Order: sequence, then structure tokens, then C-alpha cells
Amino acid sequence: MKTEIHTRHTLSVLVENASGVLSQVSRLFSRKGYNIESLAVGTTDDPAVSRITIEVMGDDAMMEQLMNQLRKQFSVYSVQELLPQRSIRRELVMFKVKAETSDVRNEIVQIANVFRASIIDVSIKSLTIALIGDESKAEAMQNLLETFGILELVRTGMVALERGAYTISDDNKETTEFNLGKSVL
Amino acid sequence: MRMTCAQIIMECLLEQGVDTVFGYPGGTILNVYDEMELHGYKDKIRHILTAHEQGACHAADGYARSTGKVGVCFSTSGPGATNLTTGIATAYMDSSPVVCITCNVSENLIGKDSFQEVDITGITMPITKCNFLVRSPEELADVIREAFAIARSGRPGPVLIDIPKNITAAAVDYEPLPVEQHAAHGRLAAMLRRSSHDLKTPEPDFGDIDRLLDMIAKAKRPLVLVGGGVIRSKGAVPQFRKFAETLNAPVASTIMGGGALPGDHPLFTGMIGMHGSHASNLASAECDLLIAIGCRFSDRVATVPDDFAKQAQIVQIDIDRSEIDKNVKTHHHIIGDARRVLQLLNEKLPDHDYPQWKQWVFSHPEVPLKKDGILHPHEILETIQALTDGEAIIATDVGQHQMWSAQYYHFSRPGQLVTSGGFGTMGFGLGAAIGAKLGNPDKPVVLCTGDGSFRMNCNELATLSHYRIPVIIALFDNHTLGMVRQWQHLIYGERYSQTDLDYAPDFVKLSEAYGIPGERCVSQAELEKAMARALESKGPYFLQCDIDKDAMVHPMVSAGTPVTEFLLD
Ligand SMILES: Cc1ncc(C[n+]2csc(CCOP(=O)(O)OP(=O)(O)O)c2C)c(N)n1
Ligand SMILES: [Mg+2]
Repeated sequence: MKTEIHTRHTLSVLVENASGVLSQVSRLFSRKGYNIESLAVGTTDDPAVSRITIEVMGDDAMMEQLMNQLRKQFSVYSVQELLPQRSIRRELVMFKVKAETSDVRNEIVQIANVFRASIIDVSIKSLTIALIGDESKAEAMQNLLETFGILELVRTGMVALERGAYTISDDNKETTEFNLGKSVL
Repeated sequence: MRMTCAQIIMECLLEQGVDTVFGYPGGTILNVYDEMELHGYKDKIRHILTAHEQGACHAADGYARSTGKVGVCFSTSGPGATNLTTGIATAYMDSSPVVCITCNVSENLIGKDSFQEVDITGITMPITKCNFLVRSPEELADVIREAFAIARSGRPGPVLIDIPKNITAAAVDYEPLPVEQHAAHGRLAAMLRRSSHDLKTPEPDFGDIDRLLDMIAKAKRPLVLVGGGVIRSKGAVPQFRKFAETLNAPVASTIMGGGALPGDHPLFTGMIGMHGSHASNLASAECDLLIAIGCRFSDRVATVPDDFAKQAQIVQIDIDRSEIDKNVKTHHHIIGDARRVLQLLNEKLPDHDYPQWKQWVFSHPEVPLKKDGILHPHEILETIQALTDGEAIIATDVGQHQMWSAQYYHFSRPGQLVTSGGFGTMGFGLGAAIGAKLGNPDKPVVLCTGDGSFRMNCNELATLSHYRIPVIIALFDNHTLGMVRQWQHLIYGERYSQTDLDYAPDFVKLSEAYGIPGERCVSQAELEKAMARALESKGPYFLQCDIDKDAMVHPMVSAGTPVTEFLLD
């Protein structure tokens, strides 16, 4: 067996907004035995098109193949790997924290302020905080909140974009090469 | 025109020029079958009722492989649809254009584990190029048009359309549309408006072509490796032959590339890989430039990917970008339709010759062919070759007989070898031969099958007999699962676990029970006479060819060892 170096890869995939497409995309990962670390889907400026951001650990050669196989699907319009140094990644994390006294509530609000997180729900016994950031920020916040008792935590999954004016739809030689496989005439 | 979706299906098939459909009816597809009688579509489209849906799918596949047109099959929901799946996977692995129309339970029953309900679009997602679940009657015609376009374009492949029964009954407006106009309408037009789904086939990159020409200019020992891509690409074979002859270098072939170069061509080194010839396998290790066209370096070809052609600059020409570097790391690639790439290469390629290299490649002795009175596998193929003037389409099943067919028959045109190369589906042959014959009524079709494979789907004898389809069956009867036995003999200490088939039925009587004349042959002389009678009969015919149980496919390389290390010479 060759030793493979597994690193985190962030893929952005533009797809047809239709049923079945998500399982088609995720199937390609499970087939290779990759566990998806994070996945976020939503429509784009064009309601007929969705954008999927997928994070997965894998070695470079396998990722290349996966991207190639993704690009080949008819419901996939384009695939881009977002390199860490050239892209911005964010996710939204909601923490529901135990807060039964006003002292605790104040303390949590202060922590939230430091992280520029917002309080989005308050009850007599709890506070819910929404934080936007990358995983290091979320982790730091989580460590602090754990001392109060986290009741529930949920994340949207990472979304990411390339820095600068480039977009996922910009043409390059690779795109043309893939168009050939999808040409229907 | 207002009509039911069931009728629209038939109209859309006519738009596509479909003349034959293979299928099997059932509850959910009744509306569609009713159209054949109700509006007389049975007079315009011939429906072949097979014995089993798997046979229908293999027949559509055999039709597609041997004609280059899209094969079509119908099945009902649930078990009908799942019976298609082996056939769909077989077509998928060998890039064969097949459109399967399954009907499903009515929409109000979907998701309720209703009688004969199955999520066939989910099941076939990994084995179709694309599939559709039709959810509105208005989109049906469009979906069918898109399905055919996708099945036959680019790298061809199977497409499945699942239509709930209530939709087949719904009536909507239908406007006939000639095929040439499909791309300008509806879903196809919308798809093609996206830059990622170009309307026209993009041209190969001219810089890439020039770079290959440079590499050729520097090469001293080039080898061409031809795969199924050249067979699938329309009009590629003449361009390929011109390329090979101008380059004047040795040409090896994968099993799927059979027919790209005539089997007796002086440049042809034979099949490569696990059962490749000495010339092909040794040349692959010695060449300094390997030009692979339309082949994907499967593990049966590049048995050790890192070791394959390791002295060579490897150039891969393929229409499917995702094949590049998938199995074998390449030094250069050209993306394009094989015909067009070869045409562009031919425009600039000067005449070459490599006398010393060729002399070396062809100096390796191949396996001597025995002639001693008892019937040998190569003699069966020689007989077919001789009595059909090499014109016969050969369909095969899977096993030793398949390898012998690929090795000893001289294929001279694309589509002449109909075999399950990628999926290795035992039971493929009889259905595929039926499809091939119906698609090529003026060509003799011979099924080369094994006793194991034949028993898997011999139910299609009923189809052969009912429609009097003149397929000649040559059963290589070695009373064993020969290919598995060969591995057991060579690798498993002659422990023949579960591979004896001595309890086989009397195959001649079996075919006679279906009304198909049959004969048993134990020598080449007998076979020649029987084959002549078979051809003369102009109907289905069965020939049982008794061969030695211990006959082996030579040469052989074990899985996972380099192609130059022959386990068996
Ligand atoms: C559906 C299926 N099951 C099992 C196999 C594994 N297999 C490959 S070759 C072979 C033996 C085929 O026997 P037969 O058809 O008699 O051909 P022979 O090798 O004897 O010529 C088997 C079992 C297969 N390829 N396909
Ligand atoms: Mg056998």
C-alpha cells in the first residue's frame, strides 16, 4: 500500500436544482470510502441552480479523480477546488447554552460580544447564540461555552468562495475538456 | 395534438427512428403496451417479447453495439425493473447506448411500499449515464428526447426513464419534432444554453495534437493501443487505420478494440493484458511511446498500473476527461472524439517506419495451435471464420470461450465483436446475439458461449425460436466453468471447488424442445458440415462443440503481476 497524505479539501459544486442531484453527488464520495466532513447546499442567484460546498479529507490524486467524476455528471455544471490560501470559508454555528441566572447570562453575552456572535433566543433557562466563522473560531467559542453547559449545538456546514473577482463559472482549458464529455450533439 | 403519454412514448420513439424494442409487459406499463394494439404502433415498431427482462436489456445492448444506434427496452416496475439492472450495468461498463423505459406505480402510491414499487432511479444511479423520474406529463416528450441525446452522445451509455403509471394515462398536447430540431427546444435547449454543456462538440486542442506529433517524431519504438472508444466513435475506424498505417508501428488492442484493425493486419499484435499475446504484452514493456486511443487501462489490461509501459511516454486520447490518469499516469493527453483527433493527426503525420522495432515485436512466437483430430477451441473459430468469409458478427458470453473468440477470430470491422468486456456478464451472449441479428439481418450472427454461461439465460431460446431469429449458437462444451477451473488449476492447487458442470442437460435435446435444430460435434470435420447446415437452414441453429475440459487460455498473466510475467506461455 502506498501511504496517502490526507488533507482537507474544500470543493464547490454548481448543480441543477433538482431532486436526486444531492445523492448523486454524495454517492461519488461514499463509493471511494470518503466520509464527508461538512456539506452545505442552497440555491444561487439563479433559482434553477444550487451550490454545494463539500469538505472532505483525502489525498490529492483521489480528489482529482473525484472532481473529474463529479464534472462528468449531467446535473453538475462546474466544480472548483477552493484552496485555503485563496479562499474564504465560513460557517454558522448555533449554541444553545444553559443560562439560569442573570450573572451567567451576562457573562455569556460578553463572550458572545467578543466573538461578534449574536444572541438569537433567550429563555429563563437558556441562551441561543449564533456565531459566524471558521472552525478555529467556533472551537474557541465552544471551549468557553462548555463551562456553562452546552445544551445543543448545530452547524450549517462550511460555505466558501474564492477571493477576488474570479468565479466558479470562469472558463479555462479544463472546463472545455469536460464540456466535450457532456456535449449532446 | 392531444394524446396520452403512453402514446407520446411511442411517437417519441418514432421521432428517434426506433424500429425495434425489446421488452416485457406488466401492470404498470400496460398503458404503453396497449398503444401497440390500440393505435397500431406494433406495425411501425417491432416489439420483441423476451423470456426475461435481463435478456431484453442485453438484446437492446447487442443491437446498439452492432449497429451504433440506440437500443431500447421496456419493462414494468419492481421485479421487471430490477431484472434490467445487470443488463444496464453491462451496457454502462462498455459505454453502449441503451434507453430503458420502465414504468413505476402511480404517483399516489410512490413511497408507500406499494405492490411492485421500487426506487429504480435510485438503484440505477451508479450504472446509468443519467436517469429520469418523470413527474409531469408535459415534460415527458422532452425527457425522452434528452435521454436519447445523452445516450448516444459523447461517451455513450445507458439512460433510464421511469414513468409513473398515472402519467402514462394522462393526456397532454404533443407536437412532433424532428430529431434535428430537438436541441433547439425545451430541456435540451435549456441545458445547452449553459456553458458547461456545449451545443457543438468542442474541437480537440490543436496544441495538444502538435505536441503528440512532436513526441512521435522523437520516438524510436512507438506502440499504439486501441480500445473501445475507437469502435464507439462514428467514422473513427477508417481514420484509425490510416493513422496506424502512416505511423507504420505495431498496434495492440484491448478486447473492446477488436475490429479497429483487421485481425490479420500485418501491424496487429493482438490483444493485450491478462490474456494478451506475447507480442502485445512484451511490446508494451519495451516501447518508448504508447499512444492509447479510447481505452481506459482497466486492471485486465494494465495488470500493474505503475509498471505498465514503464519505459514509455504515455499519451492517452479519450473523449472522457475523467479517464485521464485514472488508472495509469500519463505524460500527455488529448481530449476529443477519436475520429476527429485521428483526422487532425492524419492531416500532419508524415510516413514513418520502424523496421527493427517491428521485427523485434513480431519475433516472439505465439502459442502453437494443435491439430490432432479432436476438436480444439481455435478450430471452432477457424470454422466460423471460414464458412462465413469472416463476415459473421460474434457475440460471446464470459469465460474461456470469450477469450478464445477474441484471440482467434479475425474481426475486420467495428461492432463485429459483441462481448461484455468491462462487466464480464455471464448470460449476456444469447440476448446480445438476438439484438445483433435483428439489427443486422443480412449478416450471419454466431453466439460463442460456454456451458456455464449458456445455462444462465438459455430461457431466451424461446425468443429465438418464437421469432425464428437465425442466430447460430456454438456452445463450447467443456463440462466446466472453464475460466474459473483454469485459475483453480494454476493458482489453487488443482482444487476444483464447485466448477464441474457434468450434470448439464442434454443441450441438443434442450434446443430441440424449443423447436431449434441441434447437433453435437466432436471434430472439426463434423463441425464444418454441421456449420454449413446451420448456415443453410436460415433459422436458429444449435451446435454443441465438445472440447477438452482441461483446455486453457494461453497466454495468461495473473491479476496483479506485470503483463510480461506470463504464468502460462
Ligand atoms: C454472472 C457471472 N457470474 C460469475 C462469473 C464468474 N465467472 C467468470 S468466467 C466463469 C466460468 C464460465 O463458464 P462457461 O460459461 O462454461 O465458460 P468457459 O470458461 O468454460 O468457456 C465464471 C463462473 C461471471 N463472470 N459472471
Ligand atoms: Mg464451460
